[in-house]
Amino acid sequence: MNSITARRRHPLARYAVLLLALCLVGGAYALLSPTGDRADAAIASGKNDDVANGKALFDVNCSSCHGLNAQGIPGRGPSLIGVGAASVDFQVSSGRMPAANSEGPQAPRKNPPEWVDEKAIDDLAAYIQSLGGGPTRPTADQVDPAKGDAAKGGELFRANCIQCHNWAGAGGALTGGKYAPNLNESTPTQIYEAMITGPQAMPVFNDSTITPEQKRDMIAYIVKIREQTDPGGSGLGRIGPVTEGLVGWIAGIGLLILAAIWITAKKRSKKRAKA
Amino acid sequence: MTETENTGTPEERVPRRVIGTPVPGGQPNGRPGGQVGVVGGTETEVHEAEPGTGVVFPDPASARRAERLVALLFLVAFLAGVGFIVSYVAFQVGDIDSTATSNFALGGTMTLAFLSLACGIVVWVRRIMPKYNLVQERHPMASDPAVRDEVAKVFVQGAEESGFVKHKLLRRTLLLAAAPLGLAPLVLLKDLGPLPGTALRHTVWKQGMRLVVEGTGQPIRAADFNSPGGILSVVPEGYEHDLNALAKATLILIKLRPEQFKSGTNLNWTHDGIVAYSKICTHVGCPAALYEQTTNHILCPCHQSTFDATDGAKVIFGPAARPLPQLPITVDAQGYLVAQRDFLVPVGPSFWERGDAEAEVRGQA
Repeated sequence: MNSITARRRHPLARYAVLLLALCLVGGAYALLSPTGDRADAAIASGKNDDVANGKALFDVNCSSCHGLNAQGIPGRGPSLIGVGAASVDFQVSSGRMPAANSEGPQAPRKNPPEWVDEKAIDDLAAYIQSLGGGPTRPTADQVDPAKGDAAKGGELFRANCIQCHNWAGAGGALTGGKYAPNLNESTPTQIYEAMITGPQAMPVFNDSTITPEQKRDMIAYIVKIREQTDPGGSGLGRIGPVTEGLVGWIAGIGLLILAAIWITAKKRSKKRAKA
Repeated sequence: MTETENTGTPEERVPRRVIGTPVPGGQPNGRPGGQVGVVGGTETEVHEAEPGTGVVFPDPASARRAERLVALLFLVAFLAGVGFIVSYVAFQVGDIDSTATSNFALGGTMTLAFLSLACGIVVWVRRIMPKYNLVQERHPMASDPAVRDEVAKVFVQGAEESGFVKHKLLRRTLLLAAAPLGLAPLVLLKDLGPLPGTALRHTVWKQGMRLVVEGTGQPIRAADFNSPGGILSVVPEGYEHDLNALAKATLILIKLRPEQFKSGTNLNWTHDGIVAYSKICTHVGCPAALYEQTTNHILCPCHQSTFDATDGAKVIFGPAARPLPQLPITVDAQGYLVAQRDFLVPVGPSFWERGDAEAEVRGQA
């Protein structure tokens, strides 16, 4: 304690205190900020791959918001009639649904609850598809990035997607606390399903205006971009000049200022003077 | 700033001084610009050559240590410099990967060389060279009154002798000669032109021109663009790669349910729930195309101007002053979306001569 008291007037002390305070605030925020923890009870899924099993899953996990017949409950959840199997696969496999434990204006991507497996999604999708049709899930061939043309897809992606999702698929802010998610965590199937179903605030890009081949090209572009290494070592989230400028100003110029202070500082000798 | 820091007990503090004030208790300020000592000589490891001169020599032991450190840094700089030359030869460029390796090696070695050189010099200056405490006097800038009187006298005398006042003809022709040269820079301003004329008021859209998808160039059949909540970025057919034209003519095409439209939208300019707005924000011209299908808001990413797609792209938030202009669209005989005509009002941000184009359009109607 004595040594701290002795050094409290050191020229670098104020910077150290500032740094410490910033770290404390940041750490406290990281600890206290809301995290979506999943408390959904795992339920045993049935053995029959059929609509009835999907209906059972729906009744237990989804009906509290979407209604017992998937007709929707005003103020809680929309009607699921006609949204199709693609919507179910996208929302459930990416953990966005069930959204009961999600806080804030957006249903975020999260780990799906324990009851969600491939079979459960198949059954649920079959049930929803049976209600009113809608977009179906793409085949593996339709979303194979190896078969797409990344150059053509890039052109379409830059024309229609980057305004929200950023040119490298890193996502970005929307209005009222909503945001366009990072595409680099999504599977090719989920990207395709998002385009044809328009989940949450995202617009729909249906197959008659952006053909399935063109969607595959865009998926190829996204996957290709994702695999690129960042020449500078860190992409800084690839969210563009704001972060890069921030790092440049704070880290770069901050270091230069500290160096300038050190170079011109008068040498101290209080320890020896005291001794 | 370190001058005012407390270094220990109050007795040992260096008194706070403003440059130019007399030295407290020191020698008189007889020599302008001379060196005046202000450091108390109580430190044990520094040797002040002569109290009052302000020169402080470093402790020899510390200086020897510093010398070794500086020599080491210079040696590192030398090795890094050699490394730079070696990497230039060793890492040949060609494809992207080898060029990246070469850049990394060259940049890394050069950074190391300059950094250690700089660090060495700083340590040298700080720990080996003697320190001076300098006080620079500040004097009045003006010359003394006698000199100023003399200059004024000489000037007036020169003016009289030149005859500038006496010879009217000379004076007037001289001013005449200077006049056109003074005007010349104003004439050169013309090269900033020509004025844009009506170019800012028109885009390439005209009657019957097809809307095509940006990126693929396919025309759009109205019946295909049939999912409410859909949006497309659209350009005029034939101008897909003409960036000057696209800078004004690019559109966003939005499909809504017909019952969603509010009074701000001109329904005669829509087709079956499909409405076309200029993609160029009316604030400063960024591409405004972030579209939320849940709220039907079009958001401009630059300054968060928000437009309501159902209500004629009315501004509901942000700095934009006007709605995004709506392009009149219809379908041709084959069912493809085409323009009815050009925009009625200028697209994009305001300009000086724009006037209230919206009011003019309402006046015509």
